[in-house]
Amino acid sequence: MSGFLVEALDQLSRADGVRGALLVSADDGLVVAEAAMEGIEAAPVAALAASLAGRLLKVAETAGQAPPALIHLEATEGGLFIAVGEGGLLLVAITTPDANAGEVRLALLDGAGRLS
Amino acid sequence: MRAIEPWVEDPLRTFLQESASRVVLLMTSAGQVVAQHGFTRSMDVMSAAALGAGIVASSEEIGRIVGDAGLGAQAHQGSRQGIVLSPFMTPVGRWIALVVYGPETSLGLVQLFLGRMVTDLRVAAPVEQVTRPVLAEDFERDLNASLRSLFGR
Repeated sequence: MSGFLVEALDQLSRADGVRGALLVSADDGLVVAEAAMEGIEAAPVAALAASLAGRLLKVAETAGQAPPALIHLEATEGGLFIAVGEGGLLLVAITTPDANAGEVRLALLDGAGRLS
Repeated sequence: MRAIEPWVEDPLRTFLQESASRVVLLMTSAGQVVAQHGFTRSMDVMSAAALGAGIVASSEEIGRIVGDAGLGAQAHQGSRQGIVLSPFMTPVGRWIALVVYGPETSLGLVQLFLGRMVTDLRVAAPVEQVTRPVLAEDFERDLNASLRSLFGR
């Protein structure tokens, strides 16, 4: 795997409260690379995260807004962060409920920047 | 959607709703059609079933030659739509799913919900199914009955 992809995933997976990090093909919803996905099935997360990101991008487009750089889905038992990178890639983080959202956002945006 | 076996309908309906696939064909590994959605002509169904079963059999044979028995499931990405061809085991034998999907969904979603449909089919399958040999004298009658079930005529 390319060094910059490994770096982006490693940095993200080291952030506080990140249970897993994924690089996902936005068009296919397939896993490109993954890190620290203990107890989490990567393929379903990738497929559903890509679907969610695709729909939200369409919503933004329909509303005449700029595409979102980052998507944050907050759930009772954790969170899902998706950063939209260049080249049809998504950087995805699955977090615990007490994760430091600010740190995760920074790591995601930095990682997504490395993908371009 | 049409199915020869009624217990197939719910899992297939759920798969269609969740995956947003356009066309689905479930068949036995011999190419006998079990259920279909999206086909309008019986000839197309029979051709697709025969070709799908043939492709899976060919892939598995290539896998056997190169020492990988796991070969079988495959995905073809076209410019406007994609095709997934995936063999799987059920309590009533080995089946193959042929799925055609468009840009409104993704390969990942199709694979995800295909896996769930397989699980649902295993749960829904009858515990005991009497299998009988295919006899030449029954073949045409069975084929016509299957086509009536699949196309309602």
